[in-house]
Formats: sequence, structure tokens, C-alpha cells
Amino acid sequence: MRVLVAMSGGVDSSVAAALLVEAGHDVVGATLKLWGGESDSGCCSVADVDDARRVAQQLGIDHHVFNLTDEFDTHVVAPYVDAHARGRTPNPCIECNRSIKFDRLLARAGRMGFERLATGHHARVTGDGSLRLRRGADVDKDQSYVLSMLGQGELARVVFPVGEMTKSDVRAHAVRLGLRTADKPDSQDVCFIGSAEGRAGFLSRQLEFHAADVVNGAGDPVGTVDAVELITVGQRKGMGHGTDGARRYVVAVDVPSRRVTVGSAAEAVTSAIALPGSTLTWVDRPLGDGARAVAQVSAHGRPAPCSIARTDDGLMVEFDAPQRPVAAGQTVALYDIVEQDAVVGAGIAA
Amino acid sequence: MDHLSGDPAETTYLDHAATTPLRPEVAEAMAEALSEPLGNPTGSHRPAQRARRLLEESRDEIAALLGRDPGGIIFTSGGTESANLAVFGTLAAASHDQATPSLLCSAVEHPAVLESCRAAAGSGSAKLQEIPVDSAGLVDVAGLADLVEPHTTLVAVMLANNETGVIEPLGHVVEAVRAQSATARIFTDAVQAASFVNLAADTAGADLVAVSAHKLGGPVGVGVLAERLPSVIAPHQYGGGQERERRSGTQNVVGAVGLATALRLAAAERDAATRRVAGLRDALARGLTAAIPDAHRTVPPGVATLPGHLHLCLPGVEREELLVGLGERGLCASGGSSCASGALQPSHVLAAMGVSESLSRGAIRFTLGRGTTRVDVERAVAVVPPLVAAVRHDG
Repeated sequence: MRVLVAMSGGVDSSVAAALLVEAGHDVVGATLKLWGGESDSGCCSVADVDDARRVAQQLGIDHHVFNLTDEFDTHVVAPYVDAHARGRTPNPCIECNRSIKFDRLLARAGRMGFERLATGHHARVTGDGSLRLRRGADVDKDQSYVLSMLGQGELARVVFPVGEMTKSDVRAHAVRLGLRTADKPDSQDVCFIGSAEGRAGFLSRQLEFHAADVVNGAGDPVGTVDAVELITVGQRKGMGHGTDGARRYVVAVDVPSRRVTVGSAAEAVTSAIALPGSTLTWVDRPLGDGARAVAQVSAHGRPAPCSIARTDDGLMVEFDAPQRPVAAGQTVALYDIVEQDAVVGAGIAA
Repeated sequence: MDHLSGDPAETTYLDHAATTPLRPEVAEAMAEALSEPLGNPTGSHRPAQRARRLLEESRDEIAALLGRDPGGIIFTSGGTESANLAVFGTLAAASHDQATPSLLCSAVEHPAVLESCRAAAGSGSAKLQEIPVDSAGLVDVAGLADLVEPHTTLVAVMLANNETGVIEPLGHVVEAVRAQSATARIFTDAVQAASFVNLAADTAGADLVAVSAHKLGGPVGVGVLAERLPSVIAPHQYGGGQERERRSGTQNVVGAVGLATALRLAAAERDAATRRVAGLRDALARGLTAAIPDAHRTVPPGVATLPGHLHLCLPGVEREELLVGLGERGLCASGGSSCASGALQPSHVLAAMGVSESLSRGAIRFTLGRGTTRVDVERAVAVVPPLVAAVRHDG
């Protein structure tokens, strides 16, 4: 099988490429240049491209660099900035998977005659006929959440070679092969944001920050923040304590009104979250009204049992037990209520 | 599609503008130079004197081929260093002037020139204006005449463009500059052109000329900056004061021998090679444009180009995809310049020519050279069109 492997320069995609070569496939590596600006982390630095290229050389496969910076700007960076300007909490890795890796790169692979696109994600695709997207075998490294927007069309053309492995297995395999990425730390941050400047520094060059009042549930002012655009629903840091001495959490962010609403832990809960129809994707068949599911609202969030209520505009996820509030813009991944490692679909919180 | 069509073991090399194979005669001359002890040319013993003799014989030969005084030939590590020395060396020499030095640089210069000028401007040590080009990539001489002032420090216009092969009107550039300024230095990057032009005649009006060996069938890692005497270059790199204190560093004697040999061979064969290579290039152009009817010839007919260059823009094609497929079939071409990561970058040359961003995504450069044969052309005409059809996307 002719396979294009997206090689970030990390250990997972290095080993993904190695496993495919060992299985006898016709493998070509590609590293995406996604960000033209300055960054010292993630998939965008020259050092990471060098690592990917050197691993490809060690494996004896061709390696190419694809410049998708314009597409990344349009579909990932600009929406990321815009979301913050509107007080939402975006997930750029999910948008990159949706619009770049499993859209433009996948289409490119097809045009170039590759039957499959492989990545180093910790997730699994099983079944024939109806394909299922499942959590990776290593529960701590599972990445099914950031792939939850994939459907049958994509799943039929992708392969996740390290999905059956634990991270320590992956590293051990890289050590056995003498790959230079064997001990490389996992990437943690948004790839286009340098660790020195951080999110605030990056956004400060992209949009104007506005000071805002912090109010309690009764609307009484309890403080101020310098940049309402940097405040996330559910955030605790910087919100201080209530008159009762208890920690306060952000309950709501209203950029146009320059207002952040905070509440106690008891107040900072939600029982349901709306997913607009335009944001919904399904791995195969959609969940119907009244269906049971398990919702996950962040990359390593705790799965929460829920019921689905269809609405005129999408659906409501109704949690069995109250949850921490979900910020607008966050992806909610829905898993099968029976086979709880299988993604059913996903949407973006309104 | 059949991904095994085209035997990858067979290589069709149509990327001679990137680098062209070392000529056997050059390799022999370099081996001969290495066959006896070679000292450091600054020394006094016999091996040192032998090195010095080989270096100066090479310098004399290169000077004659470039129509320059041997004292004006500065050996460098290649085209990029020559360009940096031309820009920063001229600026360093002009630094005692009271006014801020001013640079004029064509918008289609090689990055070695353009980025040197931009770096100088960025650091505040010079003012820079870029000279516009027309839709064929030819420098706007009238526009240039308006930009030149009596105190202009340096004007940089390449002899021929590395991407498109367009031959710039250097003679007219020189006239336009001289009509405005007696002191402005004129630098021409002749790196790409050197295989196929009469360097002495075509660069006669320039004060500074850059040449690189590996574009000529010589080795990578050696070039020259030729300057008109008396010298106007102040050093840009300090040390032992070699090259009449203009470029410190132990000279690459074997490389100098290689460059001199390559230049001599190119000059001797120039007319015949130009005719032969241009004929093959025209056959390639006819074959590809017949099979790919919407292929856009980036340089309009009637505009003079180097004989080996064929630049096409293919609508609906991503050059990255095409180049990978061509490479897998053993066909070597180029899509433009790369950044530090190896990713292709949007072409500043095509942008300056007004080629749309969407069309320039499908830009591809085939460059033929001395070793190119009719079989290479036939193979390219057979391999390229079906691959273009396969990777072409809608819209």
C-alpha cells in the first residue's frame, strides 16, 4: 500500500512511519510547514523539520516539506484570533485536523496517488463497512478527542499506526531503531505560539485587549481584568475568592459588554450545552432525540454520561450530573454509551 | 494512476540552474592540482609557492575571460558570498560619506542580493529602493532612470534571472545609471548567466560582477567577485588580509583551478552549446504546451532568455505535488526557492512580474544544460503531462 505519513518531527509520527516501513508498505514522509511566523515549539520549527527528515533518511524513505502556511493562516490562526476577540475558547489543533491534515493534506495525498494518509495520533480505526473511531490504547495519550470530527470518508483513507501502542512502547521502538526523536518531549502547546511570549503575547500582536469588570452572580462588581479576551469560562486563576473565602470561577465572558461573571464552585456548573447543527459531525449515523452518550469537553477531560435532545438548531447535551461550565468554542466529543471508547460525533459549544 | 510508470532508476536531470554536474575535465584539473603537495598560498616554501602559482594562474585566466584586470578578481566561497561582498563591501567603503548610502536593487534579484540589500536597509546603514519589472520580468529602465540620483551608491541588476532565465537589459541599465551618476557602482549578478553569455562583453559596463563555479560545471564552494579597479570594496570579513585585504581567509586553490577550467570550457563551447541547448529547450516547450494546452509560458515569446530555461505556470496544479511525482519518476525539476525548512516559498520574482498567486502555485522550472539530450526531452514530454493531469485539482 502506498502511504503518505505526516511527520511532525516527534516520536509518535517517527514510529508510525517506521511501523509502516516494517510492514512493507511503500511509504513517503511529509512534514507540513504551517506557520510562517516565529515559534519555537510544535510542528513548525526548522529543527522539527530536520528531525523528521533525518528520521525519514534513517528509514530509507523519501521526505518532503509541504508549505501550507496560507491555508493554516486562513483556517486555523485567523479563526483562533477571531474567537478570542469574541470571548470564545477555540481549539486550534482540532481546526488544524479538520481543515488542514484531514482535509487539504488528505486530498493532496489522494491526488498524489497515496491510498492512505498516516499520522502519529493515538487513536484507532476499527471495523469494515461502518468504520469506528476509537480511543488509543494508551488512555493517558488518547487523542480521539482531537479527531472526533472525522467521518467515514476520512476514516477510510487514514491509518494511525501507533494507536495500538502505549507511549512507552512507542519510545522503546524508537530507541530500538536508533531514531533521534526517541527521547524528544511531547509537544504541549499550540504550535504557532512561542513558549516565551505565550498566548497573551501572541494575541496582543493580533488584536486589541479590553479591560472588563468582574461581577458576581447578582451583578455586583467584585474586580476588574486587563484583557477580557484572555478570560475563559471555567477559569479559576486570577479570579480571587468570594466574600465567603471560597474560590471563584468564571461563569460567563461577555466581550461586547466588557463583563466577566464569576461564581462559586456551586454556581459554576452547567447541566446542558447546546451544539449548533452547523458544527455537528458524525462518525457514521447521527444520534437521535433521547439517545444516550458520553460527552468529553476537552482533550483529557473526564467523560460525562449524558442524554441527547434534538433541537431546531442542532442538539442539546444534557448531562446526568452537573459539570464545570463549557466555554463557547470548545469542542464536545460524543462517545458511544455502550462501547465507550468509540467516538460517535462532535460539535462545538455555542 | 500507475505510480510505477517511468523507471525511477532512470534520472532525467532538468535542474541545471540549481546546480549542474561537475565536468570531467574540471575534476581532472582539480585532481591534478591535488596530485602534489599544496601549501597555504601565503607561505614561502615550495608547496606554498605551488599553491600561489595555481591560484594566480587561475586568477589570470578568470580575469581574461571576464575582461577584467587580475587585481580585480576576488575569490569567494560562491555566489552568495560574492553578492554579500558586493553590497556590504561597497557600503563599507561608502561609510565615510556624509549622507546615508542609497541602494537600488531590481525586484527580481536572487535572494543573495535582495536580502543583502534588505538587511543593510533594515539595519539603517542604507536606504533601499527596489526597481520594478514589467510582466516579462524585465527591469523598467525608464523607472530606474527616475530612481537614480547623482549620489546613488549601488545599483544591482542581475544579468539573467535564475528562475525565469530572462536576460536583463544590462547595457541599457548602465546607460541609464551613467546618465544620472558618475559615481554610482553597478553590480551585476552573473551567476545564472555565466554558462551561456559572453561575460566580458555583456558585463563590461558593470563595476562589480558575481560568478559561481557550480553553475558552470565547476565545484560547489568557490566563486569570484570581479571589481573594476581602483578598488571600491572595503572588507566585509576580517582576518589575514588575503585577496588584497578585501576577503580574508585561506584561498580555495583547488576550487579556483576548477572555476578557471569550467569558465574556459564554457567560453570555448558557448555558441555551439547555446544553439544546441536552446533547440532542446524549444522542443521541450513545444511538447509540453501541446500536451498541456493551458500551460502558461511565464516569459512571453520574443523576450530573450537563457537557452536552458523553460518556466511554466500550470493552472490548477500545486507545484509541490507535481515535483514529488516527477521526482518519483526520476525527473528532476524545480519549483522555486525554499526556506530554511526546505518548504517551497512563494516566488518574489513571479510576484514582481504580476503573476497571480494562484497561477504561481503551479510554477515549475525546467532547466537544461550541457549534458541534456534529446532523450531527456522526449522522456519529460512523456512523463510530465499525465502527471499534471493526475495532480490537477478542480477550480
